[in-house]
Amino acid sequence: MSLIKVALAGQPNVGKSALINSIGNARLKVGNFSGVTVTKEIVRFSKDGYDFEITDLPGSYSLTDYTIEERVTREYLDHEDYDLILNVVDSVNIERNLYLTTELLSLNKKMVVALNMTDEAVAEGVDINEQQLGKILGVSCVKTSAVQKTGIDEIISAVIQSYENTENKFHLQFSEPFEQEIYRIVAFLNEKKVSCKISLKALAIKLLREDKEAYLRFREEPVWVELQPMLNDAYQHLYLHYDTKDLDDIFNDEKMALAKGAVAETVYFKKTEKKNLTEKIDSLLMHQFIGLPIFLFLMWGLFQLTFEVGSIPMDWIDAFFSAMIDATKSFLGDTELASVVADGAIAGVGAVVLFLPNIIILFLGIALLETTGYMSRVAFLLDGFFHKFGLHGKSFIPLVSGFGCSVPAYMAARTLKNDRDRLLTLFIIGFMSCGARLPIYVLFVGAFFAEHHAGNMLFAIYISGALLGIIAAKVLKMTVFKGDDEPFVMEMPKYRLPSLKLIYHTVSGQAMMYLKKAGTFILLASVLIWFASNYPKYPEIDLNYQTRIEQAVSEEQIAEISNELALYNLENSYLGKIGHASEPFFAPLGYDWRMAVALETGLAAKEVVVATLGVLYGLGDEHDEESAGLINKIRTNINFPSAVSFIVFVMIYLPCLAASMVFMREAGGWKYLAYLFVFTTATAWILSFAAFNITKLLI
Amino acid sequence: MTLNNLSKGDSAIIYRVNADKELKNRFNSFGLTKGARVYVEYHSLAKKTMEVRINQTRIALRTQEAEHIELEQE
Ligand SMILES: Nc1nc2c(ncn2[C@@H]2O[C@H](COP(=O)(O)OP(=O)(O)OP(=O)(O)O)[C@@H](O)[C@H]2O)c(=O)[nH]1
Ligand SMILES: [Mg+2]
Repeated sequence: MSLIKVALAGQPNVGKSALINSIGNARLKVGNFSGVTVTKEIVRFSKDGYDFEITDLPGSYSLTDYTIEERVTREYLDHEDYDLILNVVDSVNIERNLYLTTELLSLNKKMVVALNMTDEAVAEGVDINEQQLGKILGVSCVKTSAVQKTGIDEIISAVIQSYENTENKFHLQFSEPFEQEIYRIVAFLNEKKVSCKISLKALAIKLLREDKEAYLRFREEPVWVELQPMLNDAYQHLYLHYDTKDLDDIFNDEKMALAKGAVAETVYFKKTEKKNLTEKIDSLLMHQFIGLPIFLFLMWGLFQLTFEVGSIPMDWIDAFFSAMIDATKSFLGDTELASVVADGAIAGVGAVVLFLPNIIILFLGIALLETTGYMSRVAFLLDGFFHKFGLHGKSFIPLVSGFGCSVPAYMAARTLKNDRDRLLTLFIIGFMSCGARLPIYVLFVGAFFAEHHAGNMLFAIYISGALLGIIAAKVLKMTVFKGDDEPFVMEMPKYRLPSLKLIYHTVSGQAMMYLKKAGTFILLASVLIWFASNYPKYPEIDLNYQTRIEQAVSEEQIAEISNELALYNLENSYLGKIGHASEPFFAPLGYDWRMAVALETGLAAKEVVVATLGVLYGLGDEHDEESAGLINKIRTNINFPSAVSFIVFVMIYLPCLAASMVFMREAGGWKYLAYLFVFTTATAWILSFAAFNITKLLI
Repeated sequence: MTLNNLSKGDSAIIYRVNADKELKNRFNSFGLTKGARVYVEYHSLAKKTMEVRINQTRIALRTQEAEHIELEQE
């Protein structure tokens, strides 16, 4: 079977990823804002006797290096090996989309155009004659809808046809003066037998656009001596004809003239004067004064739901795992094996799975924000406020992703053009508490606050985390990342009602990832923590206590002595020793060694914090009549000021290992990770110290 | 007059874009170019940021950026 390598290119938010999901049954991330895809993703499948390898590229408005993701796209299109370009176009915004299409055409590769969002075009009275358009552009154009799955087979056969077609004509026709200059240069290159991977015409266009790479290629060669004056002549002609000395302007004019011409000939717009849905919704959500309050109210509602609705199945899950622990112990007896399975594995994994309902609701909220188009609106509303604190309105998008997981959030920061803005955003993404920290909050808030306050508390935690982050941004901007502001120009998508399937895929994918982590990484970590908290053994001391137990006179005394023994063993275990060693650092914050250990294991992954607490507070009370739920154990073992201080520390300190590695890669080195570590740890320590002491004073 | 002077609901035709190369290119690719008609749709609090529309495209930009866009007298 032959392999067709397709490069998927187009402007942002036109449905490239969605189209690939429909064509190749993939599950690429889809969202209704610009900059969802920030790295190239490859999808492979077979159809009609061909193997396809489609590379989904980040959307770009034009083939320049404006932002990092756009550079990814340009470099891929220029240098990678692919058979043809599949250019996805938003039919409703056809004219603007054709600017990029003309740029792609000047690369002179085989190409197919997908006129996507046909369903919306029909609804909005945009009627495209795709045959005619195909003739003008010299490539086949196919109407598709990624959502309604129309035109899918047609686009595949168009791709195959174009692949099999050996003749590749350069179809793009610029205006007469421009074509003349191109012709002259091509003739010269031909004469000099210059060979090139792209066609000579494409090369000539690059030279005329003062493309750096094209220049560098020739600079070292003897032809340059003759080529340079020729180019100079060409520029002079163009300057004269267009009455400007700006080559970008000239080329933009050309592009626009092409796009306008093509649209005039092939697209028919039915006039509709009635307000569309987007306008109606926006008059409320984008309102100058009530827009932001509405957003805050929606967020507040989300956290109420997270707690209220989330806690219903939580009780069942808690009861289920408690019962499982008891059952395991009665089945396996009072053995080491029973303890590692029940107190290690089940307690640790159970503590993490417990919070699945909360996580699902939070992810649902984020998914709705990302897929409806509301996110860009909030970025707009917050831009003024963000700007005051030295942040870019666009920073809002990675920051929101940060509430789900920091890893994609760090990547999403690539859409920020300026390195300083990007670094600044990277540094404060951690302040947006990720989904994995939610369990810790729910656990502590559930343990220490009345149920009707719990949702408010959660909301307060998230909001104060975000505010802290913004303040930290201001501090960093004034000290480290000084510099000018970058322009804020952003496209606002129209509102789209996400399909249930899309929401389901997004949320279930994330939920599955959480469960998978609980079943693998957390399981392993829990067992490790169990070992580290049960070993080494102290046989002599054990013996000593056994004799005391035998000599004891009452049941109470026996219980007391056994508890003492368990505590001795725990405190002298490996983990106990580690905990005690770091206790001085954490003691001013009000933590006992177990909380200290939980924070330390949390560096691996934030879910491990609750797993550790589950294992550590589960041990040592084996003599309880019933295994009380984790929430109860926290309530009886930790005092209120320590709990508040613990929450503050968790809010701020270093993100998990995986996220830290991604941070390092995105920021550009170990150095930055070291800064981040010092910055977050110092801030966390100081604020927790303050929180601990203030709370102590207040109660 | 420049784009930032328009109030909500107003529209005008762009006469010239006076920005550096990069920003101008970006404006261009959104269709914010000479001869295009822009409509002002929304302002954020304190008029720091505005949303404009060209054909079907909605664009958010700061007042500062809007100052780069000169309008035709009508
Ligand atoms: N109505 C309709 N909506 C679509 C269609 N194709 C995509 N969408 C929606 O358009 C939005 C953008 O889709 P994506 O696939 O994320 O767009 P993209 O081109 O990959 O965007 P970037 O990765 O940001 O460049 C999503 O909300 C999709 O659900 C379509 O054919 N019809
Ligand atoms: Mg995408």
